[in-house]
Amino acid sequence: MTNTAAPDARAIRATGLTKRFGTILALDGLDLDVPAGSIFGLLGPNGAGKTTTIRILTGLAQPSAGTAEVAGIRVGLDRPELRRRLGYLDQDPRFYGWMRARELLELVGGLGGLEGPALRTRVAEILDLTGLAGAAERRIGGFSGGMRQRLGIGQALIHHPEIVFLDEPVSSLDPEGRRDLLDLIAGLRGTTTVVLSTHVLSDVERVCDRVAILDRGRLVTEGPLEALLAEHARPIYWLTPEADQAAAVERLIDRLRASAWASDVTQGTGGIIRVAVDGTAIAADAILPLVVEAGVRLAAFERARPTLEDVFLELVGPSRADELDGRGFVRPREVDA
Amino acid sequence: MAGLRLLLGKEILEQWRTFRLPVVATVFLLVGLSSPLLARFTPAILKAVAGDQIPIVLPPPTAADAIDQLAKNLGQFGGLIAVLLAMGAVATERERGTAAMILSKPVGRAGFLVAKLLAIGLTLGVATAIASAGAWFYTLVLFEPLPVAGVAAAAALQWLTLMAWAAITFLGSTLTRSSLAAAGLGIVAFIVIGILGVLPNVGRFLPTGLGAPARALALGQPGADVLGPVLATVTLIGAVILVAWLAFRRQEL
Repeated sequence: MTNTAAPDARAIRATGLTKRFGTILALDGLDLDVPAGSIFGLLGPNGAGKTTTIRILTGLAQPSAGTAEVAGIRVGLDRPELRRRLGYLDQDPRFYGWMRARELLELVGGLGGLEGPALRTRVAEILDLTGLAGAAERRIGGFSGGMRQRLGIGQALIHHPEIVFLDEPVSSLDPEGRRDLLDLIAGLRGTTTVVLSTHVLSDVERVCDRVAILDRGRLVTEGPLEALLAEHARPIYWLTPEADQAAAVERLIDRLRASAWASDVTQGTGGIIRVAVDGTAIAADAILPLVVEAGVRLAAFERARPTLEDVFLELVGPSRADELDGRGFVRPREVDA
Repeated sequence: MAGLRLLLGKEILEQWRTFRLPVVATVFLLVGLSSPLLARFTPAILKAVAGDQIPIVLPPPTAADAIDQLAKNLGQFGGLIAVLLAMGAVATERERGTAAMILSKPVGRAGFLVAKLLAIGLTLGVATAIASAGAWFYTLVLFEPLPVAGVAAAAALQWLTLMAWAAITFLGSTLTRSSLAAAGLGIVAFIVIGILGVLPNVGRFLPTGLGAPARALALGQPGADVLGPVLATVTLIGAVILVAWLAFRRQEL
């Protein structure tokens, strides 16, 4: 079975989603449109509201206010018809320890509407796809974290859902497993809508075509990845001075910092100078004359491609220590009960 | 319906793989075998312990004593086991996160609850049948033959009583998110209903009221009042399941 997405269809539409836990405001009026067939990255620091969003959209939690539709169905707690259309992987997938991997896939595949030879074929496909064919008859209780995560991905995909929610899907995977999963997700593009929550920005850059950034329950920005990079990422220049010219390098750094177009100048490992600028054209014309004025000999000069990390840090900024709780989560905002 | 069938299959497999079914069946078998033995040999044991110094006059034991002993043992051990079986049914799954995994699939919450209660019912049913078969056989050996149909009907009523304890505990497991709190609710209900059961006009409409008709049926005595207590207990179980479902369908996982 293959899903085909109409080009302008919306797989998910959320309006004003709000979630309060007592006085804690976990989600604050989130509006979200996810195009069908896209791979949608949900980014944000710990405690930003990513998991809460996914739990509401999958019908495991109820919003305090606002509405959402997934595959055209209003989300709610006891909606089997909604869940027939979606797959879900928890950030810490839990299964029955006494069950074998094949039995679990047969159970969830059956619940998803597969039966008979179609079910058996699909289970075999999923076991191959997730690299668990050799462990199919083993009890899940003996699985490593990575194996459980792969099984979790398999159970989310087994019934060919239209929309898949993956909450931190690569957190327990080794590099090879991570690469395989990202390839698998990329292969779903156009046929399945994937909502991917992760901290790993390079993974999002690799597979996602749209991104939403959340911070403390609010949507900071949302849009196509390239558009966000173009709009928010400040150009970065890397200057690599030759050795043994400390005084000249110091002069150069002072002059760069004094320039109005340089928003951030730092010197890192190996003496490499990183210059974040506000205007590419001005900076490109101005940096090299400053280098010459300072008398610095450069071994390399390059303009770096902006990354999602730059966008993320620009919009959300690094979390200060006093903003984090004991678990490393950003402290949520509190409101009157 | 297919979802319920699959979930029931999973629950039964779980009862087997986690040794609940074999352990409960073994305990009930021991209860069934030991009840006629205790009834038959208790006077002799007391006489041997007391010796000639304390004169104890006991009537000769009969098959009715064996049935009474079985009812008492099943009521106590069986009731406790029913509470133990049901206490974690929902609470543990929610605590471990497996309920969220299953309920993110296209299955209704009613099906999730019903499958669990049916599997508990099956375990208690198999175990009660084994206990009753064992008691029937030893009563035959030690006393006299009892009517098979009557003993089977009595077993069904004893099973229904155990299901009432299980259902009340199950409700606690759904409401409280804690296995211990669920067990507490089951045990409190067990005690309160046991106390209320002695009230003349109320007792026969409580799960404990099934004891008298079960005894009469097992001994082949005519005129047992079965319908009222059965309907009352079935209604109680149904009401408890309804409340559990109404609460569970509004709960976040």
